[in-house]
Amino acid sequence: MALTPKMPGLIKGLAVTLKTLGRTVTQGPETVQYPHEKETPPIRARGVIALREDNCTVCMLCARSCPDWCIYIEGHKTLAPPRRAGGKPRSVSLLDRFDIDYALCMYCGICVEVCPFDALFWSPEYEYSESRIADLLHDKDKLGEWMETVPEAPELEAGAAKGKK
Amino acid sequence: MTDLLTERQQLSYIAAKAADARLNVELETEGMTLNIGPQHPATHGTLRIIVRLDGEQVVWAEPSCGYMHRGYEKLSEVRTYPQVTTLVNRIDWLGSFANEVPFILAAERLMEVEAPPRAQWIRTILFELSRIANVTLFLGDLGVQLGAVTPVFFAFRDREHVLNLIESVTGGRFHPNFDRIGGLKDDLPKGFIDECRLGMRKIRNFCDEIEDLLIGNEIFQARTRGVGIIPREVALQYGLSGPNIRASGVDWDLRRDQVLPMAWDKVDWRVWTHPDGDSFARCWVRLQETREATKIVDQLLDGLPSGPIMAKVPRIIKVPAGEAWVSTENPLGEMGYYVVSKGDLGPFRVKIRSASFNNISVVPWVLRGVYVPDIITILASLYFILGDIDR
Amino acid sequence: MMLAVEIPYWGQSLFRVLGGIVAVLIPAGTIVYVFLFKMMSFMQSRLGPMEAGPYGSLQLVAEVGKWLQKEDTAPERADHSIFKLAPLIVLLSTFLLVAAVPFGPDAWITNFQAGVFYALAVSSISVLGILVAGWSSANKYSLLGGLRAAGQLIAYELPLVLATLGVVIQAGSMNMQDIVVAQGTESIFGWDGIGNPYVLTQFVGFLVFMIAVQAELTQPPFDMPIAESELVSGYMTEYSGFRFLIFFIAEFATVGVFSLIASILFLGGWSVPFSWFGWDSLDEVADWMNLAGPLILFTKMMVLSFLIMWVRFSFPRFREDQLQRFAWKFLIPLALANIVITAIFKVAM
Repeated sequence: MALTPKMPGLIKGLAVTLKTLGRTVTQGPETVQYPHEKETPPIRARGVIALREDNCTVCMLCARSCPDWCIYIEGHKTLAPPRRAGGKPRSVSLLDRFDIDYALCMYCGICVEVCPFDALFWSPEYEYSESRIADLLHDKDKLGEWMETVPEAPELEAGAAKGKK
Repeated sequence: MTDLLTERQQLSYIAAKAADARLNVELETEGMTLNIGPQHPATHGTLRIIVRLDGEQVVWAEPSCGYMHRGYEKLSEVRTYPQVTTLVNRIDWLGSFANEVPFILAAERLMEVEAPPRAQWIRTILFELSRIANVTLFLGDLGVQLGAVTPVFFAFRDREHVLNLIESVTGGRFHPNFDRIGGLKDDLPKGFIDECRLGMRKIRNFCDEIEDLLIGNEIFQARTRGVGIIPREVALQYGLSGPNIRASGVDWDLRRDQVLPMAWDKVDWRVWTHPDGDSFARCWVRLQETREATKIVDQLLDGLPSGPIMAKVPRIIKVPAGEAWVSTENPLGEMGYYVVSKGDLGPFRVKIRSASFNNISVVPWVLRGVYVPDIITILASLYFILGDIDR
Repeated sequence: MMLAVEIPYWGQSLFRVLGGIVAVLIPAGTIVYVFLFKMMSFMQSRLGPMEAGPYGSLQLVAEVGKWLQKEDTAPERADHSIFKLAPLIVLLSTFLLVAAVPFGPDAWITNFQAGVFYALAVSSISVLGILVAGWSSANKYSLLGGLRAAGQLIAYELPLVLATLGVVIQAGSMNMQDIVVAQGTESIFGWDGIGNPYVLTQFVGFLVFMIAVQAELTQPPFDMPIAESELVSGYMTEYSGFRFLIFFIAEFATVGVFSLIASILFLGGWSVPFSWFGWDSLDEVADWMNLAGPLILFTKMMVLSFLIMWVRFSFPRFREDQLQRFAWKFLIPLALANIVITAIFKVAM
């Protein structure tokens, strides 16, 4: 156990803190004064899930694959007019209810990935906290509103295979 | 006592005796039992360590874990493979991508499918980024445990770069959920390689700063040198892994010693060991490993092959029946998954061998005879994450 | 200071009391804001409190308000009367300490002939307060903290005393005012351009004093009694609300007051070198110095507090046996050697 500490280590430590002090004074801090300034999250950031109702066929794949079972779907079948004149009416499924409970959601993204019809999208929007937990259940209208915040998928780095998602 | 006491009298008699015993234990300085945790600033989570003190020295110590048991192995029995991948992120929540990899590799081994080279390289890059994220927090936290309040801010400041990199690729800072059976979910976004190189430079600067501010500090060295020495044989017997065992002089690194479909054998790096086995050695080994990880990432970025990132796997994955064990050199130590499959959508049973559970088994041995402040030093240098202990 | 009106004795005493309170609270508040909130944050690449008032200047007001409105709890098995008394004892020692500090040629609260002796004696009262706080809390962690504090504070009293002895020998008096005047009027090897601040000749004593002050204030690297990651808060664990506020104010007020004393002993206190204005002794000092003196003293205090705080935020803490070893085996022999050499030089020159 050293009785007389060698100076260099202690002095270097002081120099590091002094240097950081100088850097903060001249170049500004590394922190962001939220909520006055906000950083934009990256494009792929998993903030909230948006629903494109037109694409949804009520296949229930997302609800089945959710690890928390936080997606509640109800739908009904109806007949839509035939695609061309003289054909049979087609039966389509329409959504009655599509709720995501963000109090349970793990933000894993399995539902978005598994959807075969591209009805679910990730959006980096993160400021939707509520004061009541019940308000964290977003119904299909609210999920449809999030579609506006969905960004374009980013370009891929050099070397990526073309045509992959 | 032959006369019949009423229940109330019996209860008050027992309570009085207990109160006396408590008072005796507390007023005497001999044999004082101290509970460190489960709510305590020093333990990395809800860990309870019961120590019996004689003055300021420890006579007997025992960790009591389980306050954070979340039942991962049981949950895995009723989840599909993608869902288990999501869950498994949360075991060691600081180096989270590293948790997914052994599980996915075990499943790929059962399916006899191998990820394409680009996916393997990117997996390794993300794995090493998780290692950097994990260990930079250790370096900062080490300062806090020992009383230096400043390094932890530097750690969080520079860790942000790594977390931003992981977020730009995977979408999640802490829980990437990016590995898939057969490859990865997505490819790298444009600009990642340059950002990553910049991030690695900043981490190297951080390592230099921490070396000046903390590791090279004489007070720090006086606190950690010679404290909590774990000899080589004891470390091997107790099943320590990771930097803890490398600091006791054992040259053991699964990245080099195993053949896995990852890219470590394609780049040039070295394993850091230290002969002392004391707390300083553990800290020093981790510092050097962080620097080494940045070098590995730089080399991987240089030689990244192009191509697809997903092998040909069916859309709905049913892993054939069988058993597979894969373990990797995670930031905390050796983490392994024993996956038993019966041909379903999900595993039949997953056994998780987590590094911190074994690392903490050495605590009763190493805490005998140390002073109370050294308890904290030793626990900090062993570095366990509660999620990893309790799963 | 000659005033046109003769102030009665009770008026003078009132001024003195108010002056003492101001002299304790203003350094405390300034040190907390400038160093604890801002300098520490800047050293950690962040800005610190910014919301309360412009640039967070009213943060201390917000904190005081927060603590005042908290519930006044005490553990059930604590010794209540002593539990409540302990923070006041610690604060009391700070106020008593500032009574010996001269702020100007005539602006002093008391002018003891043995000012240094009084200051060192009274600074030990805080040890009692800390011990009592640790014991009466009925909490194992507090007890451990109190025991550690007792050992540490008593051990570091000695280097503190020995370091000041060098200054006393060189100045030839224990009166704080005389020490200030000596630094202002003496000359170094015949050149009196900067007077003779004792930090130059007593450099070793200055270092020992500053290290001992760091330990007396239980600041890192000597903050074993409050080792936050082990003992939660040491002897202060069970204190909340107003009582914790008193401990907090006492801690930073003592930083300020010890810096005041150190700047008097080593940096020349309220004086600038007398040769700048052609004064030869205390009587010739102009009256405006009573207004400028406190400001000069305040500046010097801030410089020394910066040093104390800078070391505080940069280093990890000692273990208490290393701490004790450092005091007994290194600082005390060094301070004794300093005294011997000072005495030799004083006699020889």
